[in-house]
Amino acid sequence: MPSLFNSQPSTALGGAKRWLVAGILLAVVVSLFSAQFNRYYLGIAIDCGISIILAVSLNLINGHTGQFSLGHAGFMAVGGYSAAKLSLVCSPMVPDSLKPLLFLAALVLGGCVAALIGLGVGIPSLRLKGDYLAIVTLGFGEIIRVVVQNMDSVGAASGLKGIPKYTTLGWTFALAAITIYVVATLVNSTYGRGFIAVNDDEVAASSMGINPVRYKVTAFVIGAFFAGVAGGLYAHHKQFLSPTGFDFLKSIDIVVMVILGGMGRTVGVIIAAIVLTLLPEVLRQFADYRMIIYSLIIIGLMMARPQGLFTTGWKKKGVAAV
Amino acid sequence: MLIRWQYVALLVGGGLLGLTGCGKSGGGDTILVGEFASLTGKEATFGTSSHEGTLLAIEELNAAGGVMGKKFELKTEDDQSKAGEPANVVNKLISKDGVIAVLGEVASSRSLEAAPICQQNGIPMISPASTNPKVTETGDYIFRVCFIDPFQGTVMANFATKTLKATKVAVFTDVKSDYSKGLAKFFKEGFTKAGGQIVSELDFNGGDKDFKGQLTAIKTAAPDAVFVPGYYTDVALICIQAKQLGLNVPLFGGDGWESDTLVKIGGDAVEGHYFSTHYASDAASPKVTAFVEAYKKRYNGKVPDAMAALGYDSAKFLADGISRAGSTDGAKLRDALAATKEFDAVTGKMAINAQRDAVKAAVILQVKGGAFKFVETVAP
Amino acid sequence: MEWFFQQLINGLALGSIYALIALGYTMVYGVLRFINFAHSDVLMLGAYAAFFIAPAIQPLVPLPSLTGALLVTLFSALICAGIGILIEFLAYRPLRTRPKLTVLITAIGVSLFIEFTCQHKAVFGADTKPFPTLLPSTDFHLGSLLVSSNDLVVMFVTVLLLVGLWFVVQKTKVGTAMRAVSFNQQAAALMGVNINRIISFTFGLGSALAAVAGILYAMKAPGIEPLMGVQPGIRAFIAAVLGGIGNLPGAALGGLLLGLLETFVGGISGLSSYRDGIAFAILILILLFKPAGLLGKSSVEKV
Repeated sequence: MPSLFNSQPSTALGGAKRWLVAGILLAVVVSLFSAQFNRYYLGIAIDCGISIILAVSLNLINGHTGQFSLGHAGFMAVGGYSAAKLSLVCSPMVPDSLKPLLFLAALVLGGCVAALIGLGVGIPSLRLKGDYLAIVTLGFGEIIRVVVQNMDSVGAASGLKGIPKYTTLGWTFALAAITIYVVATLVNSTYGRGFIAVNDDEVAASSMGINPVRYKVTAFVIGAFFAGVAGGLYAHHKQFLSPTGFDFLKSIDIVVMVILGGMGRTVGVIIAAIVLTLLPEVLRQFADYRMIIYSLIIIGLMMARPQGLFTTGWKKKGVAAV
Repeated sequence: MLIRWQYVALLVGGGLLGLTGCGKSGGGDTILVGEFASLTGKEATFGTSSHEGTLLAIEELNAAGGVMGKKFELKTEDDQSKAGEPANVVNKLISKDGVIAVLGEVASSRSLEAAPICQQNGIPMISPASTNPKVTETGDYIFRVCFIDPFQGTVMANFATKTLKATKVAVFTDVKSDYSKGLAKFFKEGFTKAGGQIVSELDFNGGDKDFKGQLTAIKTAAPDAVFVPGYYTDVALICIQAKQLGLNVPLFGGDGWESDTLVKIGGDAVEGHYFSTHYASDAASPKVTAFVEAYKKRYNGKVPDAMAALGYDSAKFLADGISRAGSTDGAKLRDALAATKEFDAVTGKMAINAQRDAVKAAVILQVKGGAFKFVETVAP
Repeated sequence: MEWFFQQLINGLALGSIYALIALGYTMVYGVLRFINFAHSDVLMLGAYAAFFIAPAIQPLVPLPSLTGALLVTLFSALICAGIGILIEFLAYRPLRTRPKLTVLITAIGVSLFIEFTCQHKAVFGADTKPFPTLLPSTDFHLGSLLVSSNDLVVMFVTVLLLVGLWFVVQKTKVGTAMRAVSFNQQAAALMGVNINRIISFTFGLGSALAAVAGILYAMKAPGIEPLMGVQPGIRAFIAAVLGGIGNLPGAALGGLLLGLLETFVGGISGLSSYRDGIAFAILILILLFKPAGLLGKSSVEKV
């Protein structure tokens, strides 16, 4: 059974392509029917898709490459704001038939700006490790929030409103499929094995001729790109952005998804992203006990299944390699 | 780990079927009203207040027999003071629970997130305390029962020039809060137009506990008064630290100041300072007295703050609209609410203008002897 | 110039509190090598403990008074030490041999749990409560400069605790054991150190420090609410990293620097709105040049 998630790289590619095709087909089918969905469930489903993109892209940085970023919400903010600004400025000039193209352009712009910032954050990661890297990325995330909060051109503290509603279930899942495809093929490619090598043993990897610096920065840039795309989807889904939505608690949410799914485990991380997005909604009926239960579940899961909820066993090496 | 993608596809397919589940409609013998508030998280203090006010109003309405022979059922959802949540919550209230109207939020940023959803679904939304003018600009289904930043900012600018006779004022803004920034903006416009001078503009972050750095700079600028548009939790601490630093000029602000907590925390440091708000409990109408008494009785002696009064008014305003419309249909209800010429709210007699904002008088109060004393009324 | 000295005093007072909180972070990190996210919530619990104890002892010891303040602080510190030990026992101990990240996420979970539980209306509720006056306070005037006695108390307590802590860690038997555990847990165990007891002790001590910091913080800003620890917690965390995490004088230095920086930035029109970000920006710059923090030792990775 060839599968993307088999550890043998030779068979992985075929499986991954299948996934991509299946995902995009599914996205197309879904978008045909989405008008009949209940808006609440539809909204939650889109949230799940966005979470998947965020978690899978963070997994490239934190899981596969073994760094520790606490600033993913910052990349998401940059992408979201750039994409939203572009479509706000351009949408009156663009005819309806070209709106999807504008949306695509906005998402790509959001991704690219975020990737640029990712490059900026990636560079300190050359010198820093573990907790120090965590605090620097957290700092970057906060700086981005503070800067946005002071930018009147994007609404400052009162937020950016009136963003056109372009995000659909189809777009979200097609992009989620692309994210999974890119990250999975990248990691499983000959080049991408370097990410895992850097994670497993940086010194050994560099003595084998792998340049850890390049891999770490690449991970940041690609991870940030997809976080930016997710931000763009989010902006055109919620139709409103405010700087407080991208504080470090949002980053923590994404980190928890990655850890719960099992660092470096793509399928696990996808499932964790879905579960952790649905969980607060399912718990909604418990009203004011909801967040207490949520935090208890996090603690409980860490005790019971620290290797991640959806992995069959311990990774061969180095979940500990923070 | 091997995962057969066919299984995953099946799973996803099953999930998709679940997606088509329909919301129940709000028929039957109760009127289902949705409310979203920040009951947990950073701004839980304010969300809890407005929720308690709303709940009290609904209970009173039901005790009086409801509207059109139907009782109200309030469905409250917590948005955790978190961006991104209001959209989910309001979608749920409308599409899953089938509410006929939505009440909420205190923070403008969260009302702005919910507003497009209510507008697209044709469900009226009444915000109790979002003062940012942009909130009701979203569409013709969005209303509010509080006054807006331009009005209150101008009121305080006039107060500073005429009553305080201040020519030099420092402005100390909460940069995290659009409420604070909005008030500061319109205050500055009004005050400079009246010939005043802004000598210092500094910012803090809501939730900060140390303001001495900024207050020392303000003191150096030697203003006649300091405008602090913020919420009472921060303002009380600002007053204390201003007093410690010997900044002995009047501080004044907006309705975010109004709470018992201001005096409880601030003690004698808040004495003599001024703020504008909706009603004066010492020179109050019987309606206000009755509300304050009922609130105290319902919530173990807690004194209502401005948010609680506005939350109360939002629910009463909705009930008034329903009884005038004679229907809970979204469009009819919207027309009835928009046509409000005079509604006797706890926070003053109000009318709804073309922008669906409440038009009502503001009062200016001074803290004296640990209580809020009436200074003057400013008509709209 | 007078403005400068006033800001210096303000900054030192604020920095002392950050330093005090950072000491707790750094001590736990030094021994266990993980960031105890729940530290900032223990700080909040300390303030609440004092809030409830103060009226209880009022009939016995009049408040505000020095003895009263000392008693309240002592009881709160004891309660928080107990809570800290309990948290370690229930949440962290079962994960002792697990990857550090697991413990980190658990710590975040514990932090969220404390915050949301305390926000529940059956516990403390989300509203801000007025903190009682524990110490009589006076303001000293030095020319036109103002020094509040509270600020002096904070600075004094910070220095006292820093020295005390340094003494405990460097000069006592327990401290030697703590350093041994920090250096190599297994080897320490082989040398007859009771690891569990040392770690419990560290947590108890750290949490007692947090309680003291919480009370001092609440005295400075006498409105307490369940999320009051979050913001100073993050600042203190930055301070600890800035000074070199695991290093006691480093934490104090980091705290003071951060407090001064925030105060001076806060006093500049146009920059004050960036206050939150500037602290981080400076932190990043410093870490770029000194990746192990100001006083931290950079470790060379061995092959």
